[in-house]
Amino acid sequence: MPSSSFILLTIVGCGLATWLSRVAPFIILKKYQLSPAIIEFLSFVPIVIMAALWFENLFHQNLGHLPSINYENFFASIPTVIGAVITKSLLVIVVIGIISLAVVRWLM
Amino acid sequence: MNNRLDATTAVKDTLPTVFGYIGIGLAFGIVARASGINPLLVLLMSAITYGGSAQFVAVSMLATHSPILSIVFSIFLVNSRMILMSTTVARYFNNESLFKNIVIGTLLTDESFALGMNKRNYTGDTLSFTWFNTANFIAYLTWNVASLVGALLGNFIQNPEKIGLDFALVAMFIGLLYLQVISDRSLNRLLQVMVITLTLILIYVGLIFVPSNLLILLVTLIGCGCGVVLKHAFF
Repeated sequence: MPSSSFILLTIVGCGLATWLSRVAPFIILKKYQLSPAIIEFLSFVPIVIMAALWFENLFHQNLGHLPSINYENFFASIPTVIGAVITKSLLVIVVIGIISLAVVRWLM
Repeated sequence: MNNRLDATTAVKDTLPTVFGYIGIGLAFGIVARASGINPLLVLLMSAITYGGSAQFVAVSMLATHSPILSIVFSIFLVNSRMILMSTTVARYFNNESLFKNIVIGTLLTDESFALGMNKRNYTGDTLSFTWFNTANFIAYLTWNVASLVGALLGNFIQNPEKIGLDFALVAMFIGLLYLQVISDRSLNRLLQVMVITLTLILIYVGLIFVPSNLLILLVTLIGCGCGVVLKHAFF
């Protein structure tokens, strides 16, 4: 983990980014409208970024070569996905994920 | 839910969502603490960044020592859906002062957005500043307290690797992805599955050439672009 001052700076930077995305439309929309092309592009962001963050954890990077599979995370993902489909509760999904990886590590 | 838009009614209307904030807030506190962020910074992140899933992304990128601009821009992208929600809510407060508009926008969340969109069905398509601000404030307070408690609990969870706690973040992304796919009615389900599959391919190929701390950003931009193209080509 980086230093506390770096983390604090990141928190403030991110705070500014999230605050602007929440507040700017309230201010701007008194005058202008968002282009439909931008709205369409943004509509894909949640699924793509969440999927990307998950999939990145399924591999080990070897720059210049094909990535290798991270079997621990790969096997732990299976019960987690099943848990998501059955419960649809974020907290339960996370608990299942934690237990799954602990069990996978214990078995491997 | 009824047609009243006062503060007491707002408290009653918001209560069911409070449990969601407590659960995810606790999880965030525990995960952030396990990743090595102290409880004070955990609280500050919840209070200042206030981004739900964006905060999980920030923690994971901090842990991999990503450059600050890359983190901030990724968080902006994760949270950019708020632009759409703010855009939708803004028209209900057109007649209120700019200050009140900024207050509503500052504490807007996915859940208060969803709640507000539900509420207007009972009020003849109107919302009040008092009602929305109360709903927002309860969310903000609950989220901050839950994150702090989670971080303090995390202090007692030694050696998180051994009990699989480092997977909490990945599990959260799996959960958020699944919940997003089943609740987003604006995008065709098949299209979403295609875009997610494409993202898997982009990540796999990207890992060969692109350092992992820049990969998420690049894949997101390309993935969203491809999503738009696919939508126009096949849907």
